[in-house]
Amino acid sequence: MDFSLSPEEWTAVELSLRVATVASLASLLPGIAVAYLLARGRFPGLSILNGLVHLPLVMPPVVTGYLLLMGFGRRGLFGAFLSDYFGIVFSFRWTGAALASAIMAFPLMVRAIRLSVEAVDRRLEAAAGTLGAPPFAVFLTVTLPLIAPGILAGLILAFAKAMGEFGATITFVSNIPGETQTLPSAIYALLQVPGGEWPAFRLVLVSIALSMAALVASEWMAHRVNIRMGN
Amino acid sequence: MTLSVDIEARFGDFQLTTAFQSGGGLTALFGPSGSGKTSVMELVGGVRRPLKGRITLDDRVLVDTTRGIFLAPHRRRIGWVFQEGRLFPHLTGRQNLLYGQWFTPRRERHENFERVVDLLGLAHLLDRRPSGFSGGERSRVGIGRALLTSPRLLLMDEPLAALDDVRKSEILPYIERLRDQMGVEILYVTHSIAEVVRLAGRVVLLSGGKVTASGPTQEVLASLDLAASLGEGEAGAVLDAHVEAHDPVYGLSQLRARAGSIHIGALDLPVGTHVHLRVRARDVLIATERPNSVSALNVFSGRILKLAPNGAASVDLAVDCSGDILLASVTRRSAHELGLEPGRPVYAIVKSVSFDRLGVGTAPNGG
Repeated sequence: MDFSLSPEEWTAVELSLRVATVASLASLLPGIAVAYLLARGRFPGLSILNGLVHLPLVMPPVVTGYLLLMGFGRRGLFGAFLSDYFGIVFSFRWTGAALASAIMAFPLMVRAIRLSVEAVDRRLEAAAGTLGAPPFAVFLTVTLPLIAPGILAGLILAFAKAMGEFGATITFVSNIPGETQTLPSAIYALLQVPGGEWPAFRLVLVSIALSMAALVASEWMAHRVNIRMGN
Repeated sequence: MTLSVDIEARFGDFQLTTAFQSGGGLTALFGPSGSGKTSVMELVGGVRRPLKGRITLDDRVLVDTTRGIFLAPHRRRIGWVFQEGRLFPHLTGRQNLLYGQWFTPRRERHENFERVVDLLGLAHLLDRRPSGFSGGERSRVGIGRALLTSPRLLLMDEPLAALDDVRKSEILPYIERLRDQMGVEILYVTHSIAEVVRLAGRVVLLSGGKVTASGPTQEVLASLDLAASLGEGEAGAVLDAHVEAHDPVYGLSQLRARAGSIHIGALDLPVGTHVHLRVRARDVLIATERPNSVSALNVFSGRILKLAPNGAASVDLAVDCSGDILLASVTRRSAHELGLEPGRPVYAIVKSVSFDRLGVGTAPNGG
């Protein structure tokens, strides 16, 4: 029984962590903006935006992956533009894996933040206005701190979802060891070859451990926030 | 500082036509719920827009519909004190207090942090978060927070309505100090006549969206025409008095008003303190001869000024007792049997225990 991981397996672990971290952090600002808009916005097209954001949650992941391939592949509409003008390439790169997981995790993050925006007592924001704070300052000094627990929850949820994303990622950027082979793809690949059950089981253990760690970290941070808010 | 309001507004079915002026110190907006008090406050604060009219604070125009001026709420330099305090739960007492200072231009910051903390007794709350504050502490921090923006006008929207009587009597002295020591103009919404009497130099009576009377508190409240509109039992006179002596044996304090000496349950105020005292019309008995053996300690001789019917069975009387006007409510039958009519000398009798204790406060400077 050998519990030590091979260098390739370590690479997959490290890649998964990188992909999930980048995916969740990069979607944080748009996530807050969209959640705020959905909670407070009054404009035509609000329900369309709502539908678009939630689409990845209900569509088969392989469909999302296919659409990403069409849109952000080298010859895709956005992919060609981004690679020609900014040198950003998504297809068959780890950045593509991050994009795919970010899109898949986005609705979860937005839902968590949106709920906390809806829970904010707007009379507190009005009170800040009477104290002379212009609207954007009210957002930064009152709204944002009050929704911090929701942002944190959204971030952790998005991270966990990104760690486990499989369908859209493998469709969009394939399963290239060292470049796009994340933990789930590595487990899947190992199960396709004879004798791969044991190495796959080791990676499953790693995956469970990382998920547990994310959960514990989120509980601890939520606890810290609660203490800070004086509850 | 003078606030001048002359506006017409409509919110749904509610029509508001209001014109009044404050006169320095504390001006109370008084009326039953639904009379438009809070709407007036929101118009002054800039949360609502009037159909037409003008609101000015000294020479500063806040709203003028003919010139198309409407100053945004955060530009008005008006401090709000809310009924529920509305403290920021994520900030400490100190951070709550200092919040408005970030947005106050440096040259306009004339309120001193230590002075406000001292005046409102906030020192022990500075490093704690509001979730642990009592109702009274929340109110005080809310007042301090508004005060530290160095406002030109302080709006207080029923700041005591959410508190019980014990907490109220704990906060009232702070509001009196605010009025007398800070020299800030205050517009105070309330439906409690006791608070009006105790705090306000001027009062604006509102009813159904219209101003029914406004002026110095004593004058407005002594007017018989208003007795009916104040509601049963709420009518009453306000006497100016000072503390003359304390009687520890019987637990009484003796006050001196123009009408004569007044005995009242012991007050915790030094001799010489100037106080306002409310005498409700329903607590005053009228006799045509000087009573000899009655338990009531306060008997004032006077002359009937005016009678006005109040409802089917009762009559309101205004009695001039050496310059103090007392209001009394008697039945029509008694008025008839005693032959009460203007000019007739009578005795007004008030039981010491019937004085409204919450309404006894140090008298305002203004008004």
